[in-house]
Amino acid sequence: MIGPALYFAFASFGLALLLNLWRAVVGPTLGDRVLALDTMVINAIALLILYGILEGTAVYFEASMLFAMTGFVSTVAYAKFVLRGSVIE
Amino acid sequence: MTGLAEIVIALMLVVAGIFGLVGSVGLAKLPDPMTRLHAPTKATTLGVGGVLIASMLYFLVFEGTFSFHELLITLFLFLTAPITGHFLAKAWLHRHGSPADLPPTGGARGWASYEPADDRRRAPADAPRRHED
Repeated sequence: MIGPALYFAFASFGLALLLNLWRAVVGPTLGDRVLALDTMVINAIALLILYGILEGTAVYFEASMLFAMTGFVSTVAYAKFVLRGSVIE
Repeated sequence: MTGLAEIVIALMLVVAGIFGLVGSVGLAKLPDPMTRLHAPTKATTLGVGGVLIASMLYFLVFEGTFSFHELLITLFLFLTAPITGHFLAKAWLHRHGSPADLPPTGGARGWASYEPADDRRRAPADAPRRHED
């Protein structure tokens, strides 16, 4: 029973990733692109965890933790850059 | 027991997938940047949280191991999503918005985000002035 649900979740998050990519390409403002990239990171974390369930291994948790941290830091750095023109003042 | 857990995990995966998809459809479909900020910061975070909880249940029931990683990642994502949203909204306000678009604050001072840096440090007129060096 978990199998079909897992593939449904894979399909949803894959489609979500494509929609985010479309938004990141189309824009139209800089904030939209940053937001789209941030959402792409979150969806990639979800896909990694789903793949971990599919394979039955726990090695993907470290990868998703790193994804979460770098995604957050890069989004904040980008927003700060947009806001102030430099990341560290 | 395993049958029930299987149903719960499958249900959580489906609901999480729907939430994730709704968040990204909202990001693609909503009309202007500030409404687009709503969908991914709330729905997508909830979706990925659902996936993580489902994964935790799966490893607890079928592999017999309890892992804190998922809880850590969930906590981290739920803490950082509002910060991200706040920063992006602030960046948008300073690039595209203007103080005239905002409603009055109802107090003596304006919106903190638009006050000049040296103005922000000053205490209100009726409060005793704090010593600064």
